[in-house]
Amino acid sequence: MSYLPKPKLHHPKLPTNAIGLTRRDYEGAISTLCAGCGHDSISAAIIQACFNLSLPPHRIAKMSGIGCSSKTPTYFLGNAHGFNSVHGRMPSVLTGAYLANRDLVYLGVSGDGDSASIGFGQFAHSIRRGVNMCYIVENNGVYGLTKGQFSATSDWGSVAKKGAINTDQPIDLAAIAVQLGATFVARSFSGDKEQLVPLIEAALVHDGAAFIDVLSPCVAFNNHPGSTKSYDYVREHNEALNKLDIMLRRDEITVQYAPGEVTEVMQHDGTTLRLRKLHEGHDPTNRASAMHHILERKAAGEIVTGLIYVDPDPSALHEHLGTVTGPLNALGDGDLNPGVDALEAVNASLR
Amino acid sequence: MKPTDISSPDYFHKVVDCQWACPAHTPVPEYIRMIAAGRYADAYMVNWQSNVFPGILGRTCDRPCEPACRRGRVEEQPVAICRLKRVAADNKGDVSHRMPPIPEQRNGKRVACIGAGPSSLTVARDLAPLGYEVHVIDEQKKPGGFIRQQIPRFRLPEEVIDEECGYILDRGGVVSHQDRRVDSLKALLDEGYDAVFVGSGAPRGRELDVPGRAEAAAHIHLGIDWLASVSFGHVKEVGRRVIVLGGGNTAMDCCRSARRLGGEEVKVVVRSGFEEMKASPWEKEDAIGEGIPILNFLVPKQVLHDNGRLTGMVFEKVAAQYDDKGRRQLLPTGEPDVTIEADQVLVAIGQENAFPWIERDSGVEFDRWGLPKLDQATFQSTNPRVFFGGDAAFGPKNIIWAVAHGHEAAVSIDIFCQGGDVAQRPDPEVRIASQKMGIHEWAYDNAISPDLRYKVPHIPPEKALRDITVEVELGFDREMAYLETQRCLNCDVQTVFNAKTCIECDACVDICPTDCITFTENGDEDDLRTRLKAPAVNLYQDLYVQDGLKTGRVMVKDEDVCLHCGMCAERCPTGAWDMQKFLLETAKPKAHACHSR
Repeated sequence: MSYLPKPKLHHPKLPTNAIGLTRRDYEGAISTLCAGCGHDSISAAIIQACFNLSLPPHRIAKMSGIGCSSKTPTYFLGNAHGFNSVHGRMPSVLTGAYLANRDLVYLGVSGDGDSASIGFGQFAHSIRRGVNMCYIVENNGVYGLTKGQFSATSDWGSVAKKGAINTDQPIDLAAIAVQLGATFVARSFSGDKEQLVPLIEAALVHDGAAFIDVLSPCVAFNNHPGSTKSYDYVREHNEALNKLDIMLRRDEITVQYAPGEVTEVMQHDGTTLRLRKLHEGHDPTNRASAMHHILERKAAGEIVTGLIYVDPDPSALHEHLGTVTGPLNALGDGDLNPGVDALEAVNASLR
Repeated sequence: MKPTDISSPDYFHKVVDCQWACPAHTPVPEYIRMIAAGRYADAYMVNWQSNVFPGILGRTCDRPCEPACRRGRVEEQPVAICRLKRVAADNKGDVSHRMPPIPEQRNGKRVACIGAGPSSLTVARDLAPLGYEVHVIDEQKKPGGFIRQQIPRFRLPEEVIDEECGYILDRGGVVSHQDRRVDSLKALLDEGYDAVFVGSGAPRGRELDVPGRAEAAAHIHLGIDWLASVSFGHVKEVGRRVIVLGGGNTAMDCCRSARRLGGEEVKVVVRSGFEEMKASPWEKEDAIGEGIPILNFLVPKQVLHDNGRLTGMVFEKVAAQYDDKGRRQLLPTGEPDVTIEADQVLVAIGQENAFPWIERDSGVEFDRWGLPKLDQATFQSTNPRVFFGGDAAFGPKNIIWAVAHGHEAAVSIDIFCQGGDVAQRPDPEVRIASQKMGIHEWAYDNAISPDLRYKVPHIPPEKALRDITVEVELGFDREMAYLETQRCLNCDVQTVFNAKTCIECDACVDICPTDCITFTENGDEDDLRTRLKAPAVNLYQDLYVQDGLKTGRVMVKDEDVCLHCGMCAERCPTGAWDMQKFLLETAKPKAHACHSR
């Protein structure tokens, strides 16, 4: 870790985005994680994605639980709202915040311990309810903060730093998210920002429960031969399904592809996801195809990455509940106390 | 691109922009760190070793280092390198015991240096500790040459000149012949010197050739001669209204001197535009600050006079036009001429070399511009026993160039006197050492100060203009100097990359505050420059490329705006990045006799 703050001086040609901010304006405090931690690369990818989307930082709420991964919101988006919750309880806190103010962009950051063990139920229910969020799991397959025990996502047969062999079956969070009805599911790798950044962008603009499982090597405890979540292992076994280009409304579409090569998915806000197919037979808009592919490639010893599943027509919890269209803090006295006549009308409707 | 060969001394030397730009290659960041640590005498000696006149240059240098300074590319202004040098000189205390000893035992070789200016004195300084008997011959009463004659006292107090000339002339080994004019090179050669160094400067001011010049001659002076007269106290006053012609630093010294000698309306008139003036920006700033207007695009046309009394000058208005080849021409605009009333005119429109005392059959050949034919690297003339340096070599430059010439000529003279081949130049001395002390501890201060450049305090203008001998700049005090030192980016502490230990985790890429580092597929340089995390548009700055990574990609670092903050090395889990201090000293004669250590 470093004690010194990152110098404020920046490249003289550092570009600004549509709202006049530079990428550096989306940074947070300097990371106190171990040097080389994959999580820091994910933080950098989140910074880049928010910059690319020109999101105003003060309209983002970043939520996390406990663990190395859950420390990271301190290291990005220093001007966003943040809540570092109890272990495994990020999804509930995020759900509550989302119900109170549907206008913010919600970014949930969690780890394999936080989401696949203590918070497994919380993870499941926030996904199946369709909370409109971008839920990122920084998955290193190890309990880094407690010195390297296997976590619930460690692969069967993988070897710990001290030589112990894992005899439990792993939880595949991406597969479960597909099964639970997430409307956007992706997997990526901290060491491949070219793939990761567009996926985070797409998840942030997705109007529904978006989940990204990001393999993120733990340099201190899970980056050795025998680990299935080391830099080398993931690079060797990475099987990308597709290449995602995200086209914002203002982008002009110039490149043309032959039919069948690409799948285009229009999001609610007008953003187009263009998926260049790298894998025959995978249809990212078909949930059954997505499940099939995850299981099939896993059996072949590969790690499937890219956009696994996207629902072209997602919906979210607020629509399901028919709640008010604005945030609760924007409701005036008249909205909150509509008067005797309104009460009479409600009572009458129940008689 | 091929992997960068960092074992070539030039590669890292070029990264130290200030040192690379300095003609004498002074290791600037090294002495700035010493000033920060309060080691003023050490800082002085690092300077003295390289540039011989730290106190003088700390006040008067043309500072080629500052426009080159990397800090100027990441914020508004470069580090005040020159004025920090002065801080070392001001606070050093007694350094005489640190000077190299002059051996009792002479080596039997005698060298004559003509002129006692910066280049000659550098030759003497470099050769005396090796046992040479150096004779410095100069027509003035006191040594220093241009430094003493033409730089006004309000910029450079005489004590500083005395002190730094004294370190060379008064410690033995050097015989000083002041007040002796050399009228014949052949006669001098006949005195049996093993080598002769000509450091006689560019002593002749360029003349003004317009109607009325001759008639009003009593009120028109050549700038460098006039400055010398002021310096020696022969001139104590000036007309009320003064025109200074010329846009160089001599013109700036003339106008500011004139203000102090009673000139109330002093104007500088230049042919070119204000921006293209040769004077350093800070000299122009100081002149303007003393109430001196600078009028540009005016070409002298006529001197107005009334019975020998100068009354003013007429100027033609011109504008800069560029032809197809981008060459600038000053063409009349057709507007009415401008008349400026004046009582006196100072002409500072350039200097010329003059060697009337060198016989054409002395073996020294001259080119068609009247400059000696020299080997560009060795400074040897067509007479192998005669070497040139300073303004006498390639025409008027400045003090720091004169010093650089002196060092090279001294190397040549040493080799020549020992019977060697002067074309075989010795290598510089290079040391490189890791600065790592702990996981995130370095032997240098890697924190980056956000401070903007500190301004050197001046005495109030009303005081400054009253007395021509009062130094205008007060210099940084120790506290201000410390704050200014912290702006230095330590560009000599190099980022050194080892591909073998790199695991390509991107930590360095993510942390780099200036987006210098990229891991990507290799390509040729033009292509790579466009594909980096931030496009590398400064073509003068190199790309540092290393291959041998597991993924087959290359690491590319754009040296351009690296802060040398060491964050890449701090965040590297495997030590693939290291911060290593690169210290280069140019070759001096014979095993570095003038070494500070």
